[in-house]
Amino acid sequence: MNSSSAQRRSSRRVLPGFGLSLGFTLAYLGIIILLPLVATFAKTAGMTWAEFWTAVASPRVIASYEITFGASLLAALFNVPCGVLLAWVLVRYEFPGRRLVDALVDLPFALPTAVAGIALTAIYAKNGWIGHCLEPLGIKVAYTPVGVWVALTFIGLPFVVRTVQPILEELEPELEEAAATLGATRAQTFRRVILPALRPAVVTGFALAFARAVGEYGSVVFISGNRPMHTEITPLLIITKLDQYDYQGATALAVVMLVGSFAILFLIQLMQRQGTRRARA
Amino acid sequence: MKLKTLSFALLSLLTAALASAKTIELLNVSYDPTRELYVDFNKAFAAHWKAKTGDDLTVKQSHGGSGKQARSVIDGLQADVVTLALSADVDALNAQAKLIPPDWQKRLPENSAPYTSTIVLLVRKGNPKGIKDWSDLAKPGIAVITPNPKTSGGARWNYLAAWGYALKQPGGNEEKAKQFVSAIFKNVPVLDSGARGSTTTFTEREIGDVLITWENEAFLALKAIEHGSDRFEIVVPSLSILAEPTVSVVDKVVKKKGTEAVAKAYLEYLYSDEGQEIAGKNFYRPRNAAVAAKYAGVFPKLQLLTIDADFGGWTKAQKTHFADGGVFDQIYLAK
Repeated sequence: MNSSSAQRRSSRRVLPGFGLSLGFTLAYLGIIILLPLVATFAKTAGMTWAEFWTAVASPRVIASYEITFGASLLAALFNVPCGVLLAWVLVRYEFPGRRLVDALVDLPFALPTAVAGIALTAIYAKNGWIGHCLEPLGIKVAYTPVGVWVALTFIGLPFVVRTVQPILEELEPELEEAAATLGATRAQTFRRVILPALRPAVVTGFALAFARAVGEYGSVVFISGNRPMHTEITPLLIITKLDQYDYQGATALAVVMLVGSFAILFLIQLMQRQGTRRARA
Repeated sequence: MKLKTLSFALLSLLTAALASAKTIELLNVSYDPTRELYVDFNKAFAAHWKAKTGDDLTVKQSHGGSGKQARSVIDGLQADVVTLALSADVDALNAQAKLIPPDWQKRLPENSAPYTSTIVLLVRKGNPKGIKDWSDLAKPGIAVITPNPKTSGGARWNYLAAWGYALKQPGGNEEKAKQFVSAIFKNVPVLDSGARGSTTTFTEREIGDVLITWENEAFLALKAIEHGSDRFEIVVPSLSILAEPTVSVVDKVVKKKGTEAVAKAYLEYLYSDEGQEIAGKNFYRPRNAAVAAKYAGVFPKLQLLTIDADFGGWTKAQKTHFADGGVFDQIYLAK
């Protein structure tokens, strides 16, 4: 800890140009990220607190927060074990078609979200491939909150796989073998050797998948049914407000989503820092 | 010397030809179900314009929920003309951005609505749920498909038609109408943002027992969808609403682009015999009496309420029903 911070403080660096690169970074961040955010806040500044409050805390809006943040959280949580398993299979086993599967994982990144939404709806609607099997069991996916969750799980998966995969690749199998020779059971090896090494990557993957899901619009609106109080997500509500020329109301919701997402991401990072520190101690 | 004169004459001829045979491009920003109508109409008008002026004309089309389309234009989409689902959405171009003058609706005949339509019900073949009128939509166990009135112009007509029906029943009043419309929306499992989305939900996803939709959209579903007339049938309710989709030139845009004359001619041509004929062929009710008579067999006769006489105009209807906190919002909060 101490030695690294001392190094950070020293003025001699391996690579030159610290001032220039930091300046560029700050300017870039400012234009690409901060400026649009400032514009969002500026737009809401014209509202009174009472107006802001009615815009962001009406029952319909609260219901949309619940479905947006709730489904995103569940989707990201579900992607953690599945994503880790997928990464594990891709790293540790050689099998025909492995590269193909590896490439498939990235598809949700590349696919236009509307395409994903339409495809998922077609599959999960009651006359779709999966939907018609679930329908007799009384399970409805398309046009229910479950459908929202399915779409968010789909778009979030690559985030977990792609953050965990490189760490797994560097984790040598010898470590597990050593643990086994020292008498550890498989469960112990997993819990005490593999998991601690993967933990930071898993948390990052989870946070990325969650953040992506909260902002997702394109795929969800097709499969959710968009019913107020039930399956209406906050991004859709923002669009609806825009369609009614309520620009201030729309940006007010955007501000709440921004602050909410930022708070959650910040919290996750804080937890991870502390976890890492504890692990090192 | 002779050669010089000749080449000069040739050159001037060439430039004259270039100057007269221009290629003009118009953008028509429209609402959801007019795709097919304007594909046909644009072709006809381009031919008409070519014959009249020698200029080549291409008309680009943009479609989507009516409210969303109006907002795109307000936000800077360079539409020469708008042909939207209801006058309130065109009016927003004046109210929100002063793109058109306040008296825009008086500039063309028939309140700037060259064709009309109404709202009907589309059910599955054989009408298994026995749906005959609006009252059947409020019964428990009936799944009703309609778009969201907040974003779709067509859905606002749907909503008001149902409201008007309840109001006109014996002993009907505002409170009863609200309960009636609430009961219908309780039966809605999917709320798409535009009319075409709802049609897809009903026909392709096979969700719902009945689709509330534009008359033209219902006819189109029978005609254009594979085996449409074997799978669906139209139920005409006892009463509906006269839907008047309105059109306007976007003054600020055409002045900037220099397309004012052609844009005006484009909209006026909608009222011509050929324009009315194309509207009729695409299942919009023509305004022209002669053309309307030709298509009288296609369109069922029914009692039609009007927005101005029965609902006090769009401004009032919009404020009462569809604004934030209006009746539509209350319906969903009451659950």
